[in-house]
Amino acid sequence: MSGGLVPDPTAPLTPSGNLRRRQIVSRVAEVVATGAAVIAIAALVIVIWTVVSRGASAISLDFLFTGYPTGVGPMLLGTVVIALVATAIAMPIGVLVALFITEYSGAKGARTMKLTLDLLNGLPSIILGLFAFVFIVAAQEKQTAFAGSVALAIIELPLIARGSQEVLQLVPGNLREASDALGIARWRSTLTVVLPSALGGIVTSTILAVARAAGETAPLILTTSAFDPNSFSINPFEALPNVPTWIYKVSEEGNPNGYAEAWGMSLILVSIILFASLGARALLARSKRKLSS
Amino acid sequence: MSATVTAAARASRGTRVSPLRKRADQFGDRAMFGICLLAALIAGGAIFLVGYQIVHGAQPAISKFGLAFIYETTWQPNFGEFGAGVLLFGTAVTSAFALLLGAPIAIAIGLFLTLLAPRGVGAVIGPLVELLAAIPSVILGFWGLVVLAPFVQEHVEPFLHNNFGFIPIFGAPQTTGLSVFTASLILTIMVVPIIASISRDLFRSVPRELQDGAAALGATRWEVVRGIVLPTTSSGVIAACILGLGRALGEAIAVSQVIGAGSEIKANLFAPGSTLAGQIALQFPGALTELHKAALFYCGVILLVIGLIANLLAGWIGRRFSYSGAVNW
Repeated sequence: MSGGLVPDPTAPLTPSGNLRRRQIVSRVAEVVATGAAVIAIAALVIVIWTVVSRGASAISLDFLFTGYPTGVGPMLLGTVVIALVATAIAMPIGVLVALFITEYSGAKGARTMKLTLDLLNGLPSIILGLFAFVFIVAAQEKQTAFAGSVALAIIELPLIARGSQEVLQLVPGNLREASDALGIARWRSTLTVVLPSALGGIVTSTILAVARAAGETAPLILTTSAFDPNSFSINPFEALPNVPTWIYKVSEEGNPNGYAEAWGMSLILVSIILFASLGARALLARSKRKLSS
Repeated sequence: MSATVTAAARASRGTRVSPLRKRADQFGDRAMFGICLLAALIAGGAIFLVGYQIVHGAQPAISKFGLAFIYETTWQPNFGEFGAGVLLFGTAVTSAFALLLGAPIAIAIGLFLTLLAPRGVGAVIGPLVELLAAIPSVILGFWGLVVLAPFVQEHVEPFLHNNFGFIPIFGAPQTTGLSVFTASLILTIMVVPIIASISRDLFRSVPRELQDGAAALGATRWEVVRGIVLPTTSSGVIAACILGLGRALGEAIAVSQVIGAGSEIKANLFAPGSTLAGQIALQFPGALTELHKAALFYCGVILLVIGLIANLLAGWIGRRFSYSGAVNW
């Protein structure tokens, strides 16, 4: 607006000049941002669509429950065993670490523990595979599913601890005070009041951690990759067949004959993981809302 | 609370609680603290144990090659010659490219979710973007191998080469589509959900009044973003990008499935390459000599150091410069 220029009062109210340029820039930015979201969703849809469309034809009852080469039952069973053992190691430690942060450590200790958990969370999974190899496999001179479970437990631990700690912090202070006022010892109120009211959140954080660990491949190819694809074993102290290693092997060999099975297994793994994550996320949001209201 | 407890009440309480119960409670309190402390020590000790074991495994290679391992470019297991130069180059190129491509997309998604999307749409798209991170890397890599690589080879690489071939990074396409370029695309898919979800939380923490104030002064939506939202959250966004970079650097499985195992440093993105993490996944199961294994452990040491630095840096930037301290994981 240069001095003395009087705008024509009858002109229509459309932006012009600089304002028009600024509005176009803003409009373009909005379109770009929306486009970015569309790209991400498209990538998700394309990947899942490929897995579903190529994997669905492979799946049958035989595929799920018989041994190789008619089915992949042993791989599914082995993956479940490995994930269960890992969770059995990680869950108690994770919950106790969360209790340590919320109930015992001061502000400074809590910061240190959170940093520790972040660093654990940032460790590349292949590093944990190397660790499990040299710490357990090389020491025992044989591959075991247990070694893989230990590596997966280290992956799950920070996820369970951080998730549980967030929920424990939401437990209302007056619950603790009420049980203090009744003369109940600290440890009793921790076990009978604090933990039960946070249980929902702890369980769902654990499910999220298991969903993350179940698909991890890097630790398993170093610890439990030489297996018999036909043995329905649940003994974690031998090499157990498992889904991620199998898919990895198929893709390394590059032989299209094995692709159908690999897609079928991918479909099973992806659907379990996606449903578990979606369900756990919804439950977690619900139990957090309940605690904080 | 204890101030309100009178002497009489204390006396009557003393008669009600048996000494046995009291001692049990004392013991219980101490045991509970001890167990929790033990768990915390295990978690802390795990990091040191992992670090120690990896360095221990790398010992033979460290004493044989020393620091020259980092820039030597020969990797010949049959002759006992190992150098991580090519792998470091591949790691740097794939991660940098993934971040270059992924960070703007992810930040744009964060902006879309906080400022543009209607509440219902945002509540659906936000979790869906995070689901992208839940897809196991082996399945993403398998998809990359079977679906993405042929597509890239047939359509994307020729297009880029024909139109931008004068830039050395868009050199002549190779035959398979397994290339540094494809690996970078897969890494981009893995990096986007991490950066997007953190930056969304950051953008949400920007005070509403600041944005409304700017809008009331006549700023367009983009100017609110440029002038208010991005400046107040820039340190957190950088921290998020470093976390994403850490993820990309350490990814072994998906990268080794699509990168094509090249052994030379090339400017051409369409040539095969290899990365530190990918090399471990590819060669460790078949490594025969102790030196070969130790060299792969040495790669692990480098990876561990870079990864720890990235995480500490992200945490430090997030805490030190963050407007709201919203990046706290």
